[in-house]
Amino acid sequence: MSTPATTIFSPETAARFDRLVTLYPVRRSALIPMLLYAQDEVGYISDEVVKEVAQRIGITELDVRNVLSYYSMLRTKPAGKYNIQVCTNISCMLRGGYEILEHCKQRLGIGHKEVTPDGQFSLEEVECIGACCWAPAIQVNYDFYDELTPEKMDAVLEEYKTGRGKETR
Amino acid sequence: MPRLVSHPDEVKIISRRFGQGAENLDKYLELDGYKATQLALEKGADWIIAEMKASGLRGRGGAGFPTGMKWSFVPKQSDRPKYVLVNGDESEPGTCKDHLIFLHDPHAVIEGTIIAGLAIGAKMGFIYLRGEYRYLLKIMEKAVADAYARGFLGKNIFGSGVDFDVVTQTGAGAYEVGEESALMESLEGKRGVPRIKPPFPAVVGLYGGPTVINNAETIATVPHILLMGGEPYAKIGSERNGGTRLFGISGHVERPGVYELPMGYNLKKAIYEVAGGVRGGRGLKAVVPGGSSTPVLRPEEIDVGLDFDQMGKAGTMLGSGGIVVIDDQTCIVEFALRTIAFYQHESCGWCIPCREGTDWLKKTIGRVHAGGGVDKDLDNIRYLAENMMGRTFCPLGDAAAMPTLGFIKKFRSEFEDHLNGKPCPYARHEELVGA
Amino acid sequence: MADVTFTVDGKKLTAPAGTLLIDACKAVGIEIPAFCYYPGLSLQAACRMCVVRIEKMPKLQTACTTTVAEGMVVQTETDEIKQARKATIELLLGNHPLDCPVCDAGGECELQDMTFKYGAAESKYVEIKQHREEQQWSPVVFFDRPRCILCYRCVRVCGEGMDVWALGIQNRGVSAVIAPNGQDHLECEECGMCIDICPVGALTSGTYRYKTRPWEMTHVATICTHCGDGCKTTLGTRRSNDGMEIVRGDNRDKSGINGDFLCIKGRYAFDFANRTERLTKPLVRQADGQFKEASWSEAIDFAAKRLREIRESKGGQAIGVIGSNRTTNEENYLLQKFARTVLGTNNIDHHRTVDYVSFAAALAGKSERTASLRDTANAPAILLLGNDPTEQHPALAWNLRSNVRLNRARIYIANHAEIKLRRQAKQFLEIPKDGYASLVQYLAGNDSVVAANEQTAAFRDAIRKEESLLIIFGSEFRGRDIQALVEFGLSLPNTKFVLLGDYANSRGAADMGLLPDTLPGYVPVASAAHFADEYGAVLPQNAGLDLLQMFDAAQSGNLAALYVVGSNPVTRYGVDPAVLKNTFVIVQDMFLTETAQLADVVFPAANLYEKAGTVTNTYGDIQLVKKAADKAGVRSDFELIVRLADRMGADLKKLVPFGRGVRADMGQTRGAQSGEADRHSVWLAAHGLEPKLSPFDPFATLDEIQRLVPSYSFSRLELLAGSDQHAKSELVQISAAPARRDLVLPSQDTLFTSGTLGRYSDKLKEVLDSHTTPKPVEAAAD
Ligand SMILES: Cc1cc2nc3c(=O)[nH]c(=O)nc-3n(C[C@H](O)[C@H](O)[C@H](O)COP(=O)(O)O)c2cc1C
Ligand code: SF4
Ligand code: SF4
Ligand code: SF4
Ligand code: SF4
Ligand code: FES
Ligand code: FES
Repeated sequence: MSTPATTIFSPETAARFDRLVTLYPVRRSALIPMLLYAQDEVGYISDEVVKEVAQRIGITELDVRNVLSYYSMLRTKPAGKYNIQVCTNISCMLRGGYEILEHCKQRLGIGHKEVTPDGQFSLEEVECIGACCWAPAIQVNYDFYDELTPEKMDAVLEEYKTGRGKETR
Repeated sequence: MPRLVSHPDEVKIISRRFGQGAENLDKYLELDGYKATQLALEKGADWIIAEMKASGLRGRGGAGFPTGMKWSFVPKQSDRPKYVLVNGDESEPGTCKDHLIFLHDPHAVIEGTIIAGLAIGAKMGFIYLRGEYRYLLKIMEKAVADAYARGFLGKNIFGSGVDFDVVTQTGAGAYEVGEESALMESLEGKRGVPRIKPPFPAVVGLYGGPTVINNAETIATVPHILLMGGEPYAKIGSERNGGTRLFGISGHVERPGVYELPMGYNLKKAIYEVAGGVRGGRGLKAVVPGGSSTPVLRPEEIDVGLDFDQMGKAGTMLGSGGIVVIDDQTCIVEFALRTIAFYQHESCGWCIPCREGTDWLKKTIGRVHAGGGVDKDLDNIRYLAENMMGRTFCPLGDAAAMPTLGFIKKFRSEFEDHLNGKPCPYARHEELVGA
Repeated sequence: MADVTFTVDGKKLTAPAGTLLIDACKAVGIEIPAFCYYPGLSLQAACRMCVVRIEKMPKLQTACTTTVAEGMVVQTETDEIKQARKATIELLLGNHPLDCPVCDAGGECELQDMTFKYGAAESKYVEIKQHREEQQWSPVVFFDRPRCILCYRCVRVCGEGMDVWALGIQNRGVSAVIAPNGQDHLECEECGMCIDICPVGALTSGTYRYKTRPWEMTHVATICTHCGDGCKTTLGTRRSNDGMEIVRGDNRDKSGINGDFLCIKGRYAFDFANRTERLTKPLVRQADGQFKEASWSEAIDFAAKRLREIRESKGGQAIGVIGSNRTTNEENYLLQKFARTVLGTNNIDHHRTVDYVSFAAALAGKSERTASLRDTANAPAILLLGNDPTEQHPALAWNLRSNVRLNRARIYIANHAEIKLRRQAKQFLEIPKDGYASLVQYLAGNDSVVAANEQTAAFRDAIRKEESLLIIFGSEFRGRDIQALVEFGLSLPNTKFVLLGDYANSRGAADMGLLPDTLPGYVPVASAAHFADEYGAVLPQNAGLDLLQMFDAAQSGNLAALYVVGSNPVTRYGVDPAVLKNTFVIVQDMFLTETAQLADVVFPAANLYEKAGTVTNTYGDIQLVKKAADKAGVRSDFELIVRLADRMGADLKKLVPFGRGVRADMGQTRGAQSGEADRHSVWLAAHGLEPKLSPFDPFATLDEIQRLVPSYSFSRLELLAGSDQHAKSELVQISAAPARRDLVLPSQDTLFTSGTLGRYSDKLKEVLDSHTTPKPVEAAAD
């Protein structure tokens, strides 16, 4: 249960973690946010992330893995720089969610949980993302795009390809 | 940015600040912001609880438990600190109302949290947002920081001598974490597996302390109730169902969106008038009235008031207020499959009937949908769903079994059409994997 | 808590409020099925097998989480309930491989039993099952994922019970899986508790896997041969080419002194018995210095003749005897009697791992002052001084942890190392290695002996406030320090003591007089009158040589013969082989140990699993050892001593009181089928009157022990029924602690070592090799 002497994280993230563990009545409450922020920075939950997070919180690496494997947003393998998450749940399905998914597969040439060779994009079919009334909806990393059509989808992909897409962190 | 909608039948209480820039604290103060908190500080816990009871407000998370009563269960004396926990995990398919509250009116959530804390004697509140809502978390975090900066949070709030802290928290992708005890586990940095009840959270909750857990909409409604008075609020709704509620109407309607309607508002009217009817003038096949876990209604069953009691009588539930409208060109088997695929994906896996049952249901319905079904499959699906009902550790098992039973009972012929390799008349997809 | 009255299946029952319904039912014989519930572990409510109908409740309720309440009305086996259970099993079977015919748990599987009971044999599940390869997680733990029903017992027993926390649950939903802490392997204490507790065959042991089926084994409950805790282990044996081989060790019915527990040694380290390099033929050293196999009569004749010559030419004082920590009480007793009456010497000793003599002396005449291993599981307050029970007394460590968890016992620990049990301690005091004696003085009120501070003061205050205290201490205390500790303890209101010695029968070795200065029951050799009467022999009056003096004597040419039974002093004490070059050495052992290699005659001996008798654990609990295995070519130490004595011309009737008095009616007169014959022999055995027909019957010697050693006057019936008997320390006949050398050499064993014996266990070796950091020191011999 300590701040490690050397950290694999950027100074900002490390500082955030230092603060995070003090916010709650118990340090462990910081675990899930820490893992998510660590993933944002590293790209996935690597063995090193598990190790340092366990140390910072004062729990075992097994504890960390038990938790991280429960949550579907946390991954132990790298995704693309832009992870396209297409909702195909009921409201989106009724309004063309699967067509959007299919369209993305075609455009990106990859399937569910796959990454483009250049590492720019990955694709994921996801459960309801809380945008049902604006279906079909997707998220690119943390940013929402809704009421999509294949054409609008192309425009979104294009923005990210050219580096103009939103990047909420 | 989610599109805002409007309809004359709406009664805008919770949504009155939507689209007005109220995420800005000054703007919020202009729009009566933090008045309710100051009133609550002045009048004290008993008054708050009395107003809440009078308002007839029932939890907006899905179960509809009377909020005032829930708060009154918290013991006055406690060795351990008490907590308020705001459930913003919003993950029930068809539901996106809390999304708008966090986006447009974050301070209302903070205010409601403080007031709940005053009512039960807590000094700390947590606002838990699902992990996908990162941009909303940032809005909430800013609102919290602004409130601290003005002395609305922290030590001696509003110079009252009372301390109150609010911490925001993010999930990381798990529907089950919306269940209140799993939510506490998650906030404690654990797997989102529910806890054994009793003890109930009001007695032993977060970190072992008495805890009130409410849905974000429930909490955001609280300041409005205190300002307008419990009784006037109650009068807006129907019997034993006070006030208004955010209904998300999605699927095959002309004008999908989140509408604030009085409790008891007629479902058929909501679909045909408020949301503009079935898209493209098509016929209506079915309505899932309160999020994916509520049993489906056939068109002839939708002339019913949208409140907890009337929906119960109609054999379904008001649930999360997410109304999903399905037109007559939709395959119900596919819809049932997508629904069960969700529950299979989200089952936490703790208990046998849900863990194994959702998987079995998904596989069997999937096979039926793909044309590989056999006669006894339909009875098996029903047998299985019936044997899950009421047998699982938490209500997710029921949430998976109930809609399945609804689909197979009310649309059995459509399932039968799929048997023996008959092609699906509506088929668009080879196979549904589910996320 | 007050009792409440409630109704189950029409029966009126009462139980203390707060009792779990499932336990209350079990107590009256109403068995409610359960996969996830396990007494003493945290509640899960996960399997839903225990559902019952409780009046006024809308849904079925889980009996494993419901506490009984006044007026509650419960049904446990209605059609509705049976259907619910059946459906649950059908669901489980849906994803289950149904490979019962090859599964290790087949025949002992709770899922199989339930399937049978609720008739869910035909699964409605026709979907494709997931197949996954079995994984090896450690030398002892294998995992077969599809068989796992996710009851989480393993996770809890490892975490809550063992405080190891090596198992976790990963993923969710139908992908949820039990996972080891090393991602693909385990880093743990290898206790096998997880395997034991698994209701199905998902966790299996590396030793037993696929070897045989439960019903093909003979199961014999006996006592573990390793540490001083004396756990009951049930050995599953099977006929082999040369006798009965042990294929499994487990805690089959959990009826022993160890409750639910067994450590790796009791469970898996029986494999030394099956080693191919076991001695099966006597060896006699030839003129050329080489060993040659000999027949039993040749070898015994040779050894007996030499011993007799030496006794006659040089007297008994030229002969030394070294006994064992792992032989039975009867063997130890017989060995000292043989030494004193046949060899005529008090030169007898054994590898002493603690100072039991001083302990006996300190407690002489005080009744009810020693605790059983069982007491450690429920004493409300415990002071642990020295030792590291997690490594050296695993069963004690388990009891202490359980006691804290289940009864909120208060444990106070002072140690020179940060031992793992400190995690359960209410207070932990780190003291210098040589600080134990001063600490006791400090606790007794002498402030000047330690650098007292707030922590030490709090420690002392807390201990002195306890209304009853169990003081457990290790080999750090010897001689006068033991005296001082016991005196301090006795100044408190209700104190009991435990001295932690190292091996299965170290306590028995001391109790039975494998010592140069005390006879069985710690009677000083100088006051041996009643022994002399009973033995009908003159006993040597002066204290003999202790173990080190024997080797000194050998070096100076004054020890002409040395008889070593089940011990390896050459390695243990680092004896220079040259020391023994002029001494005639006889060794009885399973293996050609470093000591045996120096012998002139070596007799292949049986081990504790291959003989009957009693052993006494370090707490003073006396337990029955039963013969489980059999190996052609070996003899028990008991038999070997008798045969040696015989060839030396001793009167066997005097040595072993067999064939006395009883002319038993074995039931012939009453007909064999009536069942009376059985009861008849039970009664005889219970009173120690069953016929002892040969001098090789150790129970004849037990008769004599019970006559001569008052602290061993326990009930034979209870012993035979398998329950442990506690030695009565007040009846120890020692007077005062004489000034004597204690010669204690702690064995320094760890969880994975067990003296010389441990080195012959492949399983322990494999585990040691796989645990790279930090490698426990391989202990020397015992
Ligand atoms: C599987 C499951 C998921 C749930 N998800 C949510 C959710 O996302 N948001 C929510 O507010 N309540 C959710 N609930 C309901 C909560 O358990 C709890 O009843 C609610 O937060 C209480 O707040 P309320 O009284 O204000 O409705 C869920 C319940 C279950 C069983
Ligand atoms: S019903 Fe059981 S498996 Fe399903 S989410 Fe609840 S606890 Fe988990
Ligand atoms: S063998 Fe023992 S320590 Fe290892 S995982 Fe199993 S229970 Fe835990
Ligand atoms: S491995 Fe055995 S004990 Fe562990 S969860 Fe699976 S079935 Fe239960
Ligand atoms: S604790 Fe000791 S007696 Fe018990 S099984 Fe382990 S080694 Fe054998
Ligand atoms: S169903 Fe797609 S966002 Fe809800
Ligand atoms: S034994 Fe009660 S739920 Fe498993």
